[in-house]
Amino acid sequence: MKLLEHQAKAQFRSEGIECPMGRVARTPGEAESAARELGEVVVKAQVPIGGRGKAGGVKVARTPEEARAAASQILQMEIRGYRVPAVLLEELLDIGRELYLGVTLDRDRRRLAVLLSFAGGMEIEDVAERTPEKIAKLWPDPFSGPLPFEIRQLTLNALASAQGEQILERSRLLNLMVPLVQRLYQLCQRLDATLCEINPLVITRSGQLIAGDGKVEVDQNAEYRHQDLVRELGGDAEAASSGDDQLEVEARRRGLTYVHLGGDVGVIGNGAGLVMNTLDLVKQQGGSPANFLDIGGGAKAEVVRQALEMVLLDPEVKGIFVNIFGGITRGDEVAKGLIQARDELQIKLPLVVRMTGTREEEGRRLLEEAGITPAVSASEAARRVVEMVAGASR
Amino acid sequence: MSILLNSESRVLVQGMTGSEGTFHTQQMIEFGTNVVAGVSPGKGGSQHLGRPVFDSVAEAVIATGATVSGVFVPPAFAADAIMEAAAAGLQLVVCITELIPVNDMIRARAYLSSRGARLVGPNCPGLMSPGERSKVGIIPNQNGRPGPVGVVSRSGTLTYEIMQSLAAAGFGQSTAVGIGGDPVLGLSFSDVLELFATDPKTELVVMAGEIGGSDEERAAELIGRGYPKPVVGFISGRTAPPGKRMGHAGAIISGNTGSAASKVAALERAGVEVADTIEQIVERVTARLRRG
Repeated sequence: MKLLEHQAKAQFRSEGIECPMGRVARTPGEAESAARELGEVVVKAQVPIGGRGKAGGVKVARTPEEARAAASQILQMEIRGYRVPAVLLEELLDIGRELYLGVTLDRDRRRLAVLLSFAGGMEIEDVAERTPEKIAKLWPDPFSGPLPFEIRQLTLNALASAQGEQILERSRLLNLMVPLVQRLYQLCQRLDATLCEINPLVITRSGQLIAGDGKVEVDQNAEYRHQDLVRELGGDAEAASSGDDQLEVEARRRGLTYVHLGGDVGVIGNGAGLVMNTLDLVKQQGGSPANFLDIGGGAKAEVVRQALEMVLLDPEVKGIFVNIFGGITRGDEVAKGLIQARDELQIKLPLVVRMTGTREEEGRRLLEEAGITPAVSASEAARRVVEMVAGASR
Repeated sequence: MSILLNSESRVLVQGMTGSEGTFHTQQMIEFGTNVVAGVSPGKGGSQHLGRPVFDSVAEAVIATGATVSGVFVPPAFAADAIMEAAAAGLQLVVCITELIPVNDMIRARAYLSSRGARLVGPNCPGLMSPGERSKVGIIPNQNGRPGPVGVVSRSGTLTYEIMQSLAAAGFGQSTAVGIGGDPVLGLSFSDVLELFATDPKTELVVMAGEIGGSDEERAAELIGRGYPKPVVGFISGRTAPPGKRMGHAGAIISGNTGSAASKVAALERAGVEVADTIEQIVERVTARLRRG
């Protein structure tokens, strides 16, 4: 779950991380009255993706009337497919320098890493690619969190590669960074986040450290612990997913592990690795997979039916390839489920089923009797479904 | 011989009394695994599947001399179970559970490293040493066959497929290890490769990776520095688009890291033959082992 900027900042504040004064507005009128309180403001689209500035989703407003006009414009925008449910109006900061500070999962180290760079304001991925030496890193012990001396060293390392004017005295910077990094790391742990990012982290001319933007991504596996956040997203959730692939949104609603890929061969299998491999086989045979759909282990007839139904929601699908490796799953049960589903859903499209493992012969016989093409080898099945789909579209 | 698990291994199962735990413990026992105890907090003193059940891992270890744990507890409690096993002195912990929060795993992993315990998984099928009649996890019994091939894979069903296809061609396994599909794992490909390197029963290693992270690239570096046995590689997810999670929490190409192309290239640079299909894995293994 990705929090919107204003939600991320509410979390920052609760942890004691300073943010600009701000108000959320959902209508131009609300924006106008917020600007009356705040003075000169920046009006920012609340969308769960980057690049909103370039898309025109961030505007400076000198007067309440300008704020109203800016909000009115931004609230009608669609930014890379995402509707804008709200704008955040914030006081203008007297920016002296922009830093990057993030806590993010480092898979290689199997820890959260703290990243600090004086090349702030840019996408950190770009900095990492072009000038990796400008990013200082720290991998704290997850039980102690980042220790003050580690944070000072991190800051010194970042300073060593920094160019340009330093706004803050080194001693003040070191003193400010210690609690800030500790709070951001704590927040990341408390929210079960895999990313907590402040970019830019603004050093104001008056020497304050303030979070200019905020990005928080909560680990999907931990969402059950954060129902308050899920609720808070509430009405914005729909807008927040409006730019997502709508078939994937529907699959999430149905609780299915589905990824839309845009081709015309629907793919269903059990096990993520097996399904990925199935997609590769379709491609190798010159076909184009429409989707990834993993029905997991021990699939029952009902799950098979739901999976077929999901794949068929995609109008591009011209044929379906079901690849089942039966371990605990029994071939005859899967076959029965498939036949039943085909009849219930009145599937007319080519359906190729490859199954192997427990009771595969019984399963194959059932399929053949029902007029569904069974196959033993996955490559062979891939070749057949690709041929059938090509034939059907001629 | 084998790696990690052999006929001497004394296995306890955390979460044995649950439905998954019960079913798979039965299968493990049928396979020949020496299951000595179950652990379910609150159910200590009872018997399940003819084995004593204990309230804690520490109690089970004292009473039974268990050396290995299989973890089948629900995601919210799994990281704690892993740490409990390590604290009780177990040297190998195998966690099958899927959907464990990443931050929980970060802590569990750090806790284990500081105690020198090894973790396989989570979100994995576990491991099986067919020649030793021992398995911990959920690899189907009929896929195990003793032989010279070491198998290490991130995926479950793909591991079974590879095992079955190799067995059909006459090649069994020394040990098959599913290291898991999560972003934060215990043993990496490199760790398992190092173990296979010194196992006299393993003549060749099949390594099946997938998109996401850079464990495969690290393994390629290890092999490139000189590996004593032939390795046949395999990478799934070649058609996966960036930024999309392909079922496994860890199977995602993020930014510039984790693509199949990068992994295949790294392996090939290290001199690993990379198969495009499972049939090709079998062909390459056949060519290597028949050639002697």
